[in-house]
Amino acid sequence: MSTPAAEASPDEVRRLTRIDCDIHNVVPRVEALFPYLSQHWVETVTQTLFKGAVDASYPPRAPTSARPGSTPPDGPPGSSLDLLREQVLEPSPASRYPVEVGILTCAYAIDSLRNPDAAVAFARAVNDWQIAEWLDKEPRLRASIVVASQLPQEAAREIERVGDHPGFVQVILPVRSHLPWGNRIHHPLFEAIARKGLVAALQFGGQPGNPPTPEGWPSYYVEEYVDMAGVFASQLTSMVTEGLFDQFPTLKVVLLESGWTWLPAHMWRFDKEWRNLRRLVPWVRRPPSAYIREHVRIAVQPLDAPPDVRQLLDVYGQLESDEILVYGSDYPHAHVFDPENDFLAHLSEDAARKIRSENARALYRL
Amino acid sequence: MVATLPEKVEATSRRVRPALIDCDHHNELDSDADIYPYLPQRWLEHVKTYGLRGAAGGYYPRFMPHREDARPPSGRKSGSEARFSVKHFLDPENVAYAILIPLNGAGGQLNLELSAVWATAVNDWQVAEWLDVDPRFRASIVIPYEDPPAAVAEIERRASDKRFVQVQFGGRPHEPMGRRKYWPIYEACAKHGLHVMSHAFGSYGQPITGAGWPSYYVEEHVGPSQAMQANVVSMVMEGVFEHFPIKAISVENGFAWLSSLCWRMDAAWRQLKSEVPHLKHEPSYYVRNHVYASTQPMEEPHRPEYFHQMLDHFGDLVDHILFASDYPHWDYDDPDAAFPVNLPSELQRKIYFDNAAALYGLK
Repeated sequence: MSTPAAEASPDEVRRLTRIDCDIHNVVPRVEALFPYLSQHWVETVTQTLFKGAVDASYPPRAPTSARPGSTPPDGPPGSSLDLLREQVLEPSPASRYPVEVGILTCAYAIDSLRNPDAAVAFARAVNDWQIAEWLDKEPRLRASIVVASQLPQEAAREIERVGDHPGFVQVILPVRSHLPWGNRIHHPLFEAIARKGLVAALQFGGQPGNPPTPEGWPSYYVEEYVDMAGVFASQLTSMVTEGLFDQFPTLKVVLLESGWTWLPAHMWRFDKEWRNLRRLVPWVRRPPSAYIREHVRIAVQPLDAPPDVRQLLDVYGQLESDEILVYGSDYPHAHVFDPENDFLAHLSEDAARKIRSENARALYRL
Repeated sequence: MVATLPEKVEATSRRVRPALIDCDHHNELDSDADIYPYLPQRWLEHVKTYGLRGAAGGYYPRFMPHREDARPPSGRKSGSEARFSVKHFLDPENVAYAILIPLNGAGGQLNLELSAVWATAVNDWQVAEWLDVDPRFRASIVIPYEDPPAAVAEIERRASDKRFVQVQFGGRPHEPMGRRKYWPIYEACAKHGLHVMSHAFGSYGQPITGAGWPSYYVEEHVGPSQAMQANVVSMVMEGVFEHFPIKAISVENGFAWLSSLCWRMDAAWRQLKSEVPHLKHEPSYYVRNHVYASTQPMEEPHRPEYFHQMLDHFGDLVDHILFASDYPHWDYDDPDAAFPVNLPSELQRKIYFDNAAALYGLK
């Protein structure tokens, strides 16, 4: 089948190709990590009820968790490199633009492991597994370092260990942390991220044990799914207020599966509060929205769009930056909107190209 | 206005505006001793001995307590004397009605019996020292919402006094507001035609973010808009509005988030509706028919066109926006300078008066 890029000029290819910033690679089963675990942990998994991380952020059969056809015969969706190549990297009827670079975002829930030794050992194993099973096999892929984010010193040690591998471009952190990410208890982690020139990716979900809403636990997954945007907003509040970007001026943060149409209203409120209360946090010297535009990037999917595209374009304009959004398919998760048809097709060619590839190219220095 | 940003903002000089209904007017205590005359002896002794006790560990001292200029000549706390609030705010600002929202901890008490007794005492105090003082006051029924049977009893006690127009929740109850635990309260509200109002702040011990406790008061003061959105999501998704024809009013959480919340809920519901088959309509339908929000603290985009876009995106939801001053708190919105744009006069009349008048049955 002829692809849009097949007869295209180099300029055309550059215009059409995408950098996909959110492709989930999934550990198919705990045994896949055995080659990268010590004998102690292999025995523990084999002989006890401990089987590694517990992932409760995505109910496996929920309609949002897997798009049709994304389940390989021998594992969960997102666990097969071959299928991922076919469904994400290669142009196809489903994705008509070739992917130049895909950023793997492994959401293996290290933060669900209360045992600190297990958390450290499994984070190391997942990263070694990513190098051997994904990065070494597919040059178009980059990956995210998985860390024991609940133990900032240990997380920094792991970033030190693998952070120079050219395949790792960021550190992935659950948006639901046990303390907000701006809290200075996390400085060793962000110091390591900044020193290695990596990006901090905040990923939907997390298992900190505290409730996902300020009122406690909701009854339904659909609530948790919707409420996650509020957790992302709270993390932006924390990071700016605590001066994380003043402390680490080169730090960039990318939000994965946050949606983004909530951001303008949040910036308006946050700017107003800062104007009133900035004497309490004198290190925050510019309006919070200025920090957010400089330091924060957001993957477009899942698109939390209004039914009327005109309103979506209003909100896009309210971001006041064509550099905030990056393309992310959130494979293998399923969504209502298609960012290409429902959003990018309505932008200027320049703005669309920035979202498809150029913003991510700058973010990850590709 | 966000004066630190370079763009010029529209002039907001004082201009003629319609009479207003203030949907967030605080009647304050100078101290808890103001309530002592309304407490039975057993609980008076208790409060004097043990004090009021809520969940600890979420203490973010306010920036400043109140507008100093709202302090009565007696030297008591700002907002603690009805006659002075009338003279200082209701009269000069052309306030037709002020909806009283007392913030003194009934719902957050760990001792549930005290929670109920304190709520009753606060309501008796509201009747005697506020509602009976000026006919422009309307009040919120303070209830022990973590003990729904006791809360229902308090609603029954007040329902015949039509000057009580709604039932009051804190910002962050022990569970999201749609949880079944609270349904007896909503049933009582439906029975008596009362609305349910949640005012920002106040918690039963959970952090204000879904990611633990923040560090600074700034964060505590930005957070209520996320907290209230989770309450709205809960009331919608749990089916509260399928069962009870009540209105839910968000106070002091801003309102610019309403549209994106509707979009996000509708998109999620399209995929996940099999989990909530009790919903007969898309989530935004329930917001458009049941959810109201007061203005203060008004979101102030630095470009006026964004504010107009926001209003445009609301569509019919502009009929659910209620003016609120938050008098006499430090972050009070001056009725004449609150809006970052000049509103068309029809819209002014709606937000300052008509929307609240229709909601509360006021003329």
